[in-house]
Amino acid sequence: MRVSTWLVWGAVAFFLVNLFGLVLAVVVNSFSVEWFGTWWPNGLTTSWYVTAWRELDLLEVLVVTVQVALAVVVLSVLIGVPTAYALARRTFPGKRLVTVLFLLPILLPPMTYGIPLATVLYKFDLAGGIAGVIIANLVPSVPFVVLTMTPFIEQIDPKIEAAARMCGARTSAVFTRVLAPLLVPGILAASILVLVRTVGMFELTFLTAGPGSQTLVVSLYEAMFSAGIRAQQAVDAMAVIYTGSMLVLLVVALRFVNPTQLVTRLKEPA
Amino acid sequence: MAERGVDRVLWLLVPGVVFVVALFAYPVLYGLQLSFQPEEGGGVLANYERFFADPYLRDTIWITLRLAVPAALINVLASIPIAYRMRGRFRGKRLLTTILVVPITLGTVLTAEGLINYLGPVGWFNKILMGIGLTDEPVRLVHNYWGVLFSLIITGFPFAFLLILSYLSGIDPTLEQAAATLGADRRRRFRYITLPLLAPGLAITFCLTFVLAFSVFPSAYLVGLPQGETRVISIAAYESAFRDTDYPLGSAIAMIMAVVMLVVVGLVLLWRSTLYRGATGGKG
Amino acid sequence: MSENFAELRIERVRREFGDHVALAELELTIKGGEFVALLGPSGCGKSTALNCLAGLLPLSGGQILVDGKRIDTLPPERRGFGMVFQNYALFPHMSVHRNVAFGLSMRGIGRAERTRRADEALRLVRLSDHAHKFPAQLSGGQQQRVAIARAIVLEPRLVLMDEPLSNLDAALRLEMRTEIRRLHQSLGLTTVYVTHDQEEALALADRLVVLRDGVVQQVGSPEEVYAHPANRYVAGFMGYRNMIPATVSDVDEEVVTVAAGRSVLHGVNRDGLTAGSAAVVAMRPSDVTVGEGENALRAEVEIVEYHGREQAVQARLPDGTALHVRTGSRLAPGDTVSLTVPADRVLVFAEEHPPGEES
Repeated sequence: MRVSTWLVWGAVAFFLVNLFGLVLAVVVNSFSVEWFGTWWPNGLTTSWYVTAWRELDLLEVLVVTVQVALAVVVLSVLIGVPTAYALARRTFPGKRLVTVLFLLPILLPPMTYGIPLATVLYKFDLAGGIAGVIIANLVPSVPFVVLTMTPFIEQIDPKIEAAARMCGARTSAVFTRVLAPLLVPGILAASILVLVRTVGMFELTFLTAGPGSQTLVVSLYEAMFSAGIRAQQAVDAMAVIYTGSMLVLLVVALRFVNPTQLVTRLKEPA
Repeated sequence: MAERGVDRVLWLLVPGVVFVVALFAYPVLYGLQLSFQPEEGGGVLANYERFFADPYLRDTIWITLRLAVPAALINVLASIPIAYRMRGRFRGKRLLTTILVVPITLGTVLTAEGLINYLGPVGWFNKILMGIGLTDEPVRLVHNYWGVLFSLIITGFPFAFLLILSYLSGIDPTLEQAAATLGADRRRRFRYITLPLLAPGLAITFCLTFVLAFSVFPSAYLVGLPQGETRVISIAAYESAFRDTDYPLGSAIAMIMAVVMLVVVGLVLLWRSTLYRGATGGKG
Repeated sequence: MSENFAELRIERVRREFGDHVALAELELTIKGGEFVALLGPSGCGKSTALNCLAGLLPLSGGQILVDGKRIDTLPPERRGFGMVFQNYALFPHMSVHRNVAFGLSMRGIGRAERTRRADEALRLVRLSDHAHKFPAQLSGGQQQRVAIARAIVLEPRLVLMDEPLSNLDAALRLEMRTEIRRLHQSLGLTTVYVTHDQEEALALADRLVVLRDGVVQQVGSPEEVYAHPANRYVAGFMGYRNMIPATVSDVDEEVVTVAAGRSVLHGVNRDGLTAGSAAVVAMRPSDVTVGEGENALRAEVEIVEYHGREQAVQARLPDGTALHVRTGSRLAPGDTVSLTVPADRVLVFAEEHPPGEES
């Protein structure tokens, strides 16, 4: 093999080894009785997970997280898919403007529009509760569904809809019998990606959540930020739970989408 | 009447457009006008004057750029050779891609905890460095600039890698084969065929990873020095708006943040517009 | 299920896209059981006409009547037409059988009847063995046959076919052409068939409609259009590959004498030409024979292509004009030959603006 190839794979290996060490350090710490300054902790225990579960109200946080994530997925699909259909099938004056409007919330980092958004939500008394968290998380999710579904719908030949009409199908039948089954893979892929993004979304939830409406990421951050009060091991236990659930979601997601589709256009899974 | 079919379909746009206008465009415009209404009086531009007059606020721009530009460059440049070798099919490609993508699941906090545990003064990394005699005392790698940079690389790399991999897969491999039949060696095939076709994609990837890095927030608190060398612009905006409840100043800083990003992205896209951007022959 | 209609009238049907007139005032009457081909190069408006007929495109003007009843206001699903699409447009998520039965179930036909009729349609297109496969598992020709079965299973009062053979390779195209003709003969379904291939149109249709830039150029039986193209454009489309500039020297009723390529030719006056006017002489390569005789041209052989029993020869007239000839004689580049054409096979048209055919 060529030298440059060795160098590249060597660099990848170095990155991965350190990444593995980094994750392992957190996992080991979350199971350690006490660990300071040595190669290995002086005893292993699962008690920090119990502590995290009790003291950090993990159950409540998990319930909130699931509620928020599911609501965001369902609502963003309901709002986003019809928009994507219209954008994929029609040209109209101002289409570029509409497209840019849907592109901006994805391109702009949440911090820039999150601060004004949270201000507005507080003004209308919507922030501080679970509704506010859902609304804030919908802002990037709806455009995300629109932008991933538009190319997906574009690659469904409009002639197929025409063919269904020529077979005598009315609009409702075209939708339920032909379009919906063809859209399912795309909607599934978009949903799972929105789910992953929402569970991982820190900034918008952080800016709009109040006590009792924090998702896992945010309460994790709060736990670490106030690290003086909590044992680091309990925070690590919580972080392991978070990463574990994200990993499960990602593995599920990768069953439906190709890894490159996590960030680009979606196609029907082969 | 003739075009009635068209109009009916356009109704489908309504919920989406209403949503994005009400919850994205309106808040942004509201924040913009709020930024012109300073809490502490003064002219319309008082918040902006204050930002640029106060070095504690002004310097956040340079601090953030100093983190975001290297992070985005490293992520893009490191992704190219890796993605280049991962085109086509080979055994274990899916597994390797998955492993490279895993950092997406780590999240800021586990990454931060990991960096503190692993790269900290008594962490394994420093122990190994000292063990093989590369250094006599622990290297400080967290709670400073480096901690935040590492965090940005760990979270940004998968993103850049996936994007570049998909851009590369969109380039028809027979183009390189054609160049090979014309006598181009491996290096020149990359330099004269693949790289020019990939460049527009690289520009986009750089923009997206830069924007992600420029808005760095939680890790600047957790593994950086939030009141010192990693006091990034997000921190300034957040603290103004929600700690000091000076919403107008917070909004003004958010707007400045957006403008700086748009300037950098605009410059990159300006460069991109000078490149060939047509079909790349692949299926993508 | 639907009875054949007596006649379908297309009256002054227009379609514009912005400023572009895709179809200008189409007038056509189709009789029940007829096979009509709309013929022309891409962009001539033939597909627009078909989509207007199907109801997939709203009309900009005019009306369509079936036995006196307006149908152009009906949505496509209520016109009772069947359609075969160029890229087949099969439902990818349904088996072949369910694709074919889809229209039946849309019409609320019971399960047993549905299965029976779908099976029958698949038997007609010889796909019974593939009923439970999915479209992606079939070859292009098989997909095409599914598309045809799906359209004819409803026994629609009109079948629309939009270049159904253009995605197939040459051998399969011939086979499917025969298949379509066989189905039309056995079922007697009224058919409108869109194509850019004159051979296909001549082989299949009872009547041809030649279109150009949205305007009808000629309507007639295959024999009429082939032997008596209405104008220079239709002639070009019907295989009159040789178009030689000429000057009219004499007119004697239908016979016109022209000077072309430094020779004198007699031909048929197609445009009411008068002596002295500029003209174009149209000849088919296969009508030109090598040998001395009446109506002769001298030329030098330039390029010879071997085509089995024949050779395709490109020769140059003394004035530099190229002439295409198909001949059984063996020629070689550089030969000087005498070429003759029967006077009734030489069509003389007025030299209007240069046609943009030759697709």
